[in-house]
Amino acid sequence: MEDLSFHHQARSRAGGTRQMAIIGVVASGNLEVLAERVLPETECRLEIKTAAEGFGEVWDAVVADFVERYSPGGLKFSINDGGARPDTVSLRLAQAVRLMAEDEQ
Amino acid sequence: MSVADLEKPSVERARATSFYEASARARIRLLLDPGSFVEFIGPEQREVSPHLKLFDLPEQFDDGIIVGHGQLAGSPVFIAAQEGRFMGGAFGEVHGAKLTGLLRAAKEMKSIPVLILLDTGGVRLQEANAGELAIAEIMRAVIEARTAGVKVIGLIGGRSGCYGGGGLIAGCCSALAVSEQGRIAVSGPEVIETNRGVEEFDSRDRALVWRTMGGKHRRLIGGAELFADDTVQAFREAALELLETTSGFGIDTLNAEQSRLEDRLQRFGACRDAVEIWAAEGVPDAASVPALPADQFIELADKLRRIARDAR
Repeated sequence: MEDLSFHHQARSRAGGTRQMAIIGVVASGNLEVLAERVLPETECRLEIKTAAEGFGEVWDAVVADFVERYSPGGLKFSINDGGARPDTVSLRLAQAVRLMAEDEQ
Repeated sequence: MSVADLEKPSVERARATSFYEASARARIRLLLDPGSFVEFIGPEQREVSPHLKLFDLPEQFDDGIIVGHGQLAGSPVFIAAQEGRFMGGAFGEVHGAKLTGLLRAAKEMKSIPVLILLDTGGVRLQEANAGELAIAEIMRAVIEARTAGVKVIGLIGGRSGCYGGGGLIAGCCSALAVSEQGRIAVSGPEVIETNRGVEEFDSRDRALVWRTMGGKHRRLIGGAELFADDTVQAFREAALELLETTSGFGIDTLNAEQSRLEDRLQRFGACRDAVEIWAAEGVPDAASVPALPADQFIELADKLRRIARDAR
């Protein structure tokens, strides 16, 4: 297992009012993303625990691209990764932001 | 907007959603009344397994089981759902404790039924002792809850089926609904083959696996009260029906269950294969059962098999 941590400044606050959302499961080639609205409005943090070691640079690129595209200000993402490919990671992060923007169910 | 309007899209989605394919969270969301679910010990509390990191294995924030309460057709229920894709839905220490706690809460409340969406390969090998203890605690908690007057309904239709200790827990429930995909057994196909040889059970023979452990067979031999099509809505309707029809629990129930099982052994004990059992049950074209669509199978099963409502 490898722990990774990223901290970014976001352009703006993430949409919606939901405090917490979770998407995905921890399985081979999959991951879970827990999003929590706990940070100042222009900050974004990601804490990752991954089963696939040595991919820090790829995570760095995927995370930077995600923050640029979705501007998830105020959100902290906690990730348990079972060795997902970068496209799956991007998809789950996007789903998590989308869920946070929806109303409480 | 009326309540009926609000509920409509949810029913349509539940009808269009495969129970087998859905995540544990999606199953709960679509099975219960819209927006009614409240989770206990949610993922934000990060109550993860204390054992997995010793094995350098990834954790899941809910340890593969979601527990909480909600409403089913306006009435309160407790609900637990295992996530069959995380470690095969297997029971570990925390995973098991969450279900035990839910059942004990139900026992205290006395009147609120419990739905358990089992989706499990059994005990997690990395925390085997804790997992085996959890199975024993859950079985006890199910029986104690039932003794206190609580109905405990098992719903089985996930990708990991219901094996190992999960099969034992299923056997303790007040009633079960199962889909074709929802296999129920204790030893799984590979376990039987490993221990008894390929002549005894060829785990790669999928047709053999389905007709020995699959939902249709379980329904036909009375191991499950209801057969459900593979949609979340079908399981919702099955849960409602079972809550309606399941009776109380006491020594009479256990005696009735004992004679049901003795009768079953006597009638089918000499059969070599599930197809022989179905033929002995009076299925006209027994070999055609695996290929029957759900609605036709339900019609056939309802005609053939009276469910021993006094047993379990």
